[in-house]
Amino acid sequence: MGSHTITSRTPGVFYHRPSPDAEPYVTEGASVSEGDTVGLVEVMKTFHEVKADATGTVSKFLVENEDEVTIGQDLVELET
Amino acid sequence: MTIRVQDPGLETTVQDTGRLGYYSIGFPPSGALDSFAYHVGNALVGNEPGAAALEAVYLGPTLEFTQDTVIAVTGADIPAFVDGEEIPTWESVAVSSGSVLSFGQLRSGARPYVAVAGGIDVPLYYGSRSTYTLVGIGGFEGRALRAGDELAIGSDARDPKAGRRLDAGDVPVHPSTAEVHLLVGLHSYRLTDDSLARFTDTEWKVTPDANRVGYRFRGAELEFVPREQPFGAGSDPANVTDCGYPVGSVQVPGGVEPIVLLQDAVTGGGYATLGTVVSVDRDRLAQTKTGDKTRFVRVDLDGALEVRRDRLGALDRIRSALT
Repeated sequence: MGSHTITSRTPGVFYHRPSPDAEPYVTEGASVSEGDTVGLVEVMKTFHEVKADATGTVSKFLVENEDEVTIGQDLVELET
Repeated sequence: MTIRVQDPGLETTVQDTGRLGYYSIGFPPSGALDSFAYHVGNALVGNEPGAAALEAVYLGPTLEFTQDTVIAVTGADIPAFVDGEEIPTWESVAVSSGSVLSFGQLRSGARPYVAVAGGIDVPLYYGSRSTYTLVGIGGFEGRALRAGDELAIGSDARDPKAGRRLDAGDVPVHPSTAEVHLLVGLHSYRLTDDSLARFTDTEWKVTPDANRVGYRFRGAELEFVPREQPFGAGSDPANVTDCGYPVGSVQVPGGVEPIVLLQDAVTGGGYATLGTVVSVDRDRLAQTKTGDKTRFVRVDLDGALEVRRDRLGALDRIRSALT
C-alpha cells in the first residue's frame, strides 16, 4: 500500500459538495477511481471540479470545506 | 487551418488590444489584461501588432494544430509542452500539423498567453476581436472556449519565424507581492486621512473574486468622512452620485474589500473612487492570483506618466529588437 495526494490545480475556495444541500462527493474511507470528482474549487465565480488523478481509498481530507486553497496545495490523501 | 480545442482550461478567451471608443455607451474595452505579454507574443511570432491571441487563466488549454505554424507562449510562468516535450516560453516555436500544445502547473503569475502566427481569426465586433463574456460579444461566439471548438488561424502574419526570443532581462518576474502605482483622486476626499494612508500601507490579499471585470481585495477596513449625502448618492457613505469609473479605478463598497476594475470593467456607478492604478501596471495585477498580495504605491500625475512612458518605451525597444 502506498499513498497519493491530490493537489489543487487552481487557487480558490474548496468545497466537499456539489451544492450546499447535496451529499459530499466522497467521504473518508470511500474508494475512488482515477477521474472521479472529489471536490470543487471556486474561483472567479466559476467552479472547477477536482478529479482524482489516481485510484485508491480516501484516507484523509487535508483541507476543510470552504478553506481557501492555493495552486499545488494538498487536498485529499489516498491509500493506493 | 485551425486550432482544435481539446481542453479549454478554466476560462480561455480570444483577446486583442481591445474595443476602444465605446465606454460612454457602457462597453468596456476588454482586450488582453496583460498587455505586455500579449504584445510581445505577437512580436515573437511575427504578427502585426493587434493580432488576436488566446488568454488563459490558472489552467492552460490543450490545443491541437491542424497546420504547420509558429506559436509563442508568454505571460505567466507555466511549463508548456508540444507533444509532451517542454518548450521554451517567451520564444517563438515551430509546431507541425497534428501537434498538441499543453500546459503543466502554474509556477507564478496567473495568465499565460498563446500567440499564433496569423492571429486567431474571429469576426471583428465593433473593431475588435476581444471577447466580452459578460454580455456575450466578440471573440469566439462571445464566450470562453469549450472542448471541441475549432478556431480559424488568420492572415495577420508579417514574418513568422521560430527561434525569436525575448532577452532574459526583459522577461517579467511575478512576485507573490505585486507593487502597482496608484494615482489618488476623484473621490479620495471621501476617505479619512487615516484610511487613505492605511490603503497604501496595507498589503492587500487577492480574494477568489478576481476576474477580468475586476479584482477584489481583503486586508483592512477603511472609513469615510461622515457627511450629509447629496441628492442621488443614497445613504451608504461609500456612495457618491453616479459617475463613470475609469478602467483601473479603485472603489471600496462598504469600506471593506476594495475592488480594482480591469478591462471588462463596469463602466459606471455610485461607489466612491479613491484612485486609479496606472494603466501599464494593470499588467502586473493581471499576473496576480487569488491568495497573492498587492501593494499600492502612491504616485503623482507626473510620476504616473513617467511609469507609463518607461514601460511603453521598453515595449517599443523590444518590438524593434524582435524584427
